[in-house]
Amino acid sequence: MGNSAPSQNSLVSVRNLSFSRGDNKIFDDISLDIERGKITAIMGPSGTGKTTLLKLIGGQLFPEQGSITVDGQNVHQLRRRDLFNLRKRMGMLFQSGALLTDMSVYDNVAFPLREHTHLPESMIRTLVLMKLQAVGLRGARELMPNELSGGMARRIALARAIALDPMMIMYDEPFTGQDPISMGALVHLIKSLNNILGLTSIIVSHDVHDTSAIADYIYVLSGGKIVGQGTPKEIQQSKSEWVQQFMTGAPDGPVHFHYPAKDYVDDLLSSGKRY
Amino acid sequence: MIQFLQYLGKSTRTSFTKLGRGTYFLLQIISGILSVIPRPRLLLNQMYSIGVLSFLIITTSGLFVGMVLGLQGYYTLSDFGAEETLGVMVAASLVRELGPVVTALLFAGRAGSALTAEIGLMKATEQLSGMEMMAVDPIKRIISPRFLAGFLSMPLLAALFSAVGIIGGQLIGSGLLGVDEGAYWSQMQANLDFQDDIINGVIKSIVFGFVTSWIALFEGYDTIPTSEGVSRATTRTVVNSAFSILGLDFILTTLMFGDD
Repeated sequence: MGNSAPSQNSLVSVRNLSFSRGDNKIFDDISLDIERGKITAIMGPSGTGKTTLLKLIGGQLFPEQGSITVDGQNVHQLRRRDLFNLRKRMGMLFQSGALLTDMSVYDNVAFPLREHTHLPESMIRTLVLMKLQAVGLRGARELMPNELSGGMARRIALARAIALDPMMIMYDEPFTGQDPISMGALVHLIKSLNNILGLTSIIVSHDVHDTSAIADYIYVLSGGKIVGQGTPKEIQQSKSEWVQQFMTGAPDGPVHFHYPAKDYVDDLLSSGKRY
Repeated sequence: MIQFLQYLGKSTRTSFTKLGRGTYFLLQIISGILSVIPRPRLLLNQMYSIGVLSFLIITTSGLFVGMVLGLQGYYTLSDFGAEETLGVMVAASLVRELGPVVTALLFAGRAGSALTAEIGLMKATEQLSGMEMMAVDPIKRIISPRFLAGFLSMPLLAALFSAVGIIGGQLIGSGLLGVDEGAYWSQMQANLDFQDDIINGVIKSIVFGFVTSWIALFEGYDTIPTSEGVSRATTRTVVNSAFSILGLDFILTTLMFGDD
């Protein structure tokens, strides 16, 4: 890793990015590249700022230092209108799905089309049905978001994210809280959408097995730094203790089981304040 | 002592920061209103849920307030043999004060709290963030139509409140207590001034509509996205709206009726 110029084939390139929340340094001078047409996974334990990275790429947050370019445009130097135009070409799948709860499934998928295009309603219908068919939920179009299971909601949100035929999709923890069947469906969908539509995908996840099954390249984040990167195979064979702990899920290692605290015995014997 | 000063400084700074954010938010809302004009359906939907759905509470309260005014007014006026002027007393109280003020307080409780909770939950469930990522400005799409709907609904609801209240006063006054019906209406007609009473009342309710909608939407948008945050924001909407309505009412009344 390093400060090299973005490679020819990268769609997103992050250079020397630093970002903090309060006193908590979330990213400390990281650089990474997301290649076109590939599935890139960003992995790391909860609280390492994976979602924050997606929000930075989407221009919802501003970095303290460094730059992020998407398709040759520096996200944080764009005017609002240009940023919105760029976002039309970026899909994002939120962890909760973020479906609009006052609209049916059909209207949710039609939402970006109605907001950004002047297509006649008949054509919107065709497009919506095509997108719903792609995620296997054409039959659920009349349902309201509160009638959907978590897995279905995520698939509908995916149909909405591809409604405008974006060049890339960012997935925020797509596998969290899914039963094995919906998990399998999602893994299959992400892989096939990426190949069929020629998308570029960024998956942020802490799910080691399913993510490494479909990712072409993996970055492992910890403590604001990139601690490992490579193809899934390279990552699995990594010498880094940290990466090994993460991939095997050992309870103790470079990441300690205990949150930093003062000495256990001292703590028990001291009077302390009452709660 | 130092601690107290620190606390004072910190809370002053927090309030001013919030005021600044609120003002910036208001400017964004106002600049977003232009984009509501070509999409009247967005506005109509909100006018329905903010205005039409408040219909019942406003008419019921208006009726009862009018009836109570009829009773109390009659007892006081009849001591001086002036019960014929009951119509003036009921109508003036409603149109000048109670109509705008009580409507605004009820509006803050019924529609304002609902707006805050709705926007707050949309924030908590990432719907607003999701919309931004779909390149749709939530201020233009969600906030501005609601603001405009609140702002337009308030004077209409206040007018409804006063009208129903005047009928309530008449029901009690001439129906139950025997004030002459002709006198009730003609005294009202002769003594109420369109400019001084009605227009001033409408101005008040426009101001209250503006402030209440602004507070409700800002509290929702500025909420901490947790269930506790939303519940606090909803409470703040009702409390802050009530204070602002009553404070502004005093100021407006002084300005409007001070010269008489």
